[in-house]
Amino acid sequence: MSGKKQMAPREPMPKQKVKERIKNFNEVALGYTEEQARREAGRCIQCPKPLCVKGCPVDINIPEFIKLIVEGKYNEAARKIKEDDVLPCMTGRVCPQEDQCEAQCVLGLKGSPIAIGRLERFVADYEAENAEIEAPPVQAKKNKKVAVVGSGPAGLTVAADCARMGYDVKIFEALHKPGGVLVYGIPEFRLPKAIVGREVEALKKMGVELECNVIVGRTITIEQLFEEGFDAIFLGLGAGLPRFLGAEGENLLGIYSANEFLTRINLMKAYKFPEYDTPISIGKKVAVVGGGNVAMDSARSAVRLGAQEVHIIYRRSRQEMPARDEEIENAVEEGVILDLLVNPIEFTGDENGWVKKIKMIKMELGKEDDSGRRRPVPIPGSEFIYNADTVVIAIGQNANPILLDATPQIKKNKWGYIDAEARNGKTSMKGVFAGGDIVTGEATVIAAMGTGRNSARAIDEYLKSGKW
Amino acid sequence: MYKILKKEKIGPNLNKFVIEAPLVPKNYQPGQFVVIKVDEVGERIPITIAEADKDKGTITIFVQEVGKTTYKLGALKEGDAISDVVGPLGHPAKVDKVGTVVTIGGGVGSAIIYPETKAFKEAGNYVISIMGFRNKENVILEEEMRKHSDELYIMTDDGSYGKKGFTTDELQELENAGRKMDLVIAIGPAIMMKKVSEMTKQYNVKTIVSLNSTMMDATGMCGGCRVEVGGETKFACVDGPEFDGHKVNFDLLIKRLSTYEKQEKQALDSYKGCKLEE
Repeated sequence: MSGKKQMAPREPMPKQKVKERIKNFNEVALGYTEEQARREAGRCIQCPKPLCVKGCPVDINIPEFIKLIVEGKYNEAARKIKEDDVLPCMTGRVCPQEDQCEAQCVLGLKGSPIAIGRLERFVADYEAENAEIEAPPVQAKKNKKVAVVGSGPAGLTVAADCARMGYDVKIFEALHKPGGVLVYGIPEFRLPKAIVGREVEALKKMGVELECNVIVGRTITIEQLFEEGFDAIFLGLGAGLPRFLGAEGENLLGIYSANEFLTRINLMKAYKFPEYDTPISIGKKVAVVGGGNVAMDSARSAVRLGAQEVHIIYRRSRQEMPARDEEIENAVEEGVILDLLVNPIEFTGDENGWVKKIKMIKMELGKEDDSGRRRPVPIPGSEFIYNADTVVIAIGQNANPILLDATPQIKKNKWGYIDAEARNGKTSMKGVFAGGDIVTGEATVIAAMGTGRNSARAIDEYLKSGKW
Repeated sequence: MYKILKKEKIGPNLNKFVIEAPLVPKNYQPGQFVVIKVDEVGERIPITIAEADKDKGTITIFVQEVGKTTYKLGALKEGDAISDVVGPLGHPAKVDKVGTVVTIGGGVGSAIIYPETKAFKEAGNYVISIMGFRNKENVILEEEMRKHSDELYIMTDDGSYGKKGFTTDELQELENAGRKMDLVIAIGPAIMMKKVSEMTKQYNVKTIVSLNSTMMDATGMCGGCRVEVGGETKFACVDGPEFDGHKVNFDLLIKRLSTYEKQEKQALDSYKGCKLEE
């Protein structure tokens, strides 16, 4: 970059003050003001060959929406994003932009990249607050029915895309509220649940039907859905089976899977007990095992529930943590302590069965493994005892067995996930597509949306041609 | 919303509900359960389905008032509705012709043992049923069970009805009398299932129990219901709820069931307090 355009610094995100936010579940990041958004958008140099778009799993026309912000056309900017991403309020908040679009931004070479995610969030929120959210135009009815199983990011994307293409769409959700991981997993302080509700309402306006409390595979089977007249089925179930360490004493009281811990808090609102009926038990010292976003969410929730000390226990170093930097920084700001290069090997409890101590072993980093990260190796003889009275295990998910056990025609891969073609989500069962975490294993919201988008296109082709 | 079509008080703190839940009966089989949530702020609790009517689209459940949720449910009337019912969940009971089957129900567990008793009888087994209750007032489903059993024994803790004693006392008598038993199914409080399993293990009689661990989603997602069976961790919701009683770690189950004792008491006390003020 030359001459007259001096690079301005990136606009910081206004946040709730640490002292206050550790006492509430309200959103931490407050969002840009109009002035901030325009200033930040003004930094974009409008590359003729924008690399940022290549970094986006759903190819959002990023320079175009940023240009619309500069022009003050915020609603138009939001609609521009929605051509490719039906949930910008959410992806603007939870996408790992630093590894995707923003990682590609040329401004990042010499300074900091454009805050694409923050701008995305700004326009999406602006539209929601200031304009009647327009249901995108829906094509002529095709008189074919699509069933979507699961209302998480993959399912919502397929539902929106198929509805736009003129299909009759019905979503089946197992829980009592729609949104999947957006509702039970990601905490209110990162993604307010009202936003999820708003997006689901927008889908309903497009004619999408939604039925909660239906577990496909038990309440109704895939075959029965076809018998009821659905022409194609998309499976976006989520991974949905928490992984445990397999360590001795892991079933002691006070040891939660992150799924249980977060679902009690987010979906069931245990942080409002006894106003809400679902309880949660939180000790003085909480240890969260794992280094991903879910671990950070759990640790930060524990802080808000009043734990005196919250620790992250991770077997590699800070550098290998899969969580977003922003989330790790937020957690540390809120007082979460990172205990790195250690791994729990045994839990012991008191006479009533409550966890009290963890036997840990120190780790060192060896050679790189399949994930490209250095493998943690236990250091012999380095065991030590660590106190904790609440433990949250946040080390990932396996594939949920309910639907797959009930539907043996759908082939699984060697990890137990659905074996679906990457480019179109086709499974081994005719008319059945799949996407999101039940295909890829645990991934991001936007990755799930990307697979949903591909499946929606493939569903359209299949229903038009009848060819499998 | 799911409407309560019928409510019948059948014992102290024990109600029978017929609830409209059109999708649940379609694939229902004995041994399965539903998760219910009474209202917007409610918790999700698992309740075994006692009967399901495909034509009417209804399920029958028996609910004992023990905590805030079940008291809230008990306070509802016919025509009221609860916010959520989802199911059927869990693996169905394995019902085969094995010879002589002893079905043992303890308290409200009798509501669960009833559809299985019926299914085992229909499968051609000789069915001996033992039902245990605290006292005469708590006896439920006697007529229904009698209809589907070749022999029926009722036990009460205080002897106010049937024989005085526990279900295991009657089981011991059957054993002492040299009666043939090919399979025992025991459903009731964890302590009863434990005692039955300990006894049948000595006599080498296969025993199936239905575990009532704490559940939330009941789809395998949370792992709150985990139990140890044969030294392995299992999820009662998706791997069960029925397991080999000889392999279950009942002491762990009983401890885990006490996880929220304090909060449950707090919730119930404040709920009852509010009710008194009304």
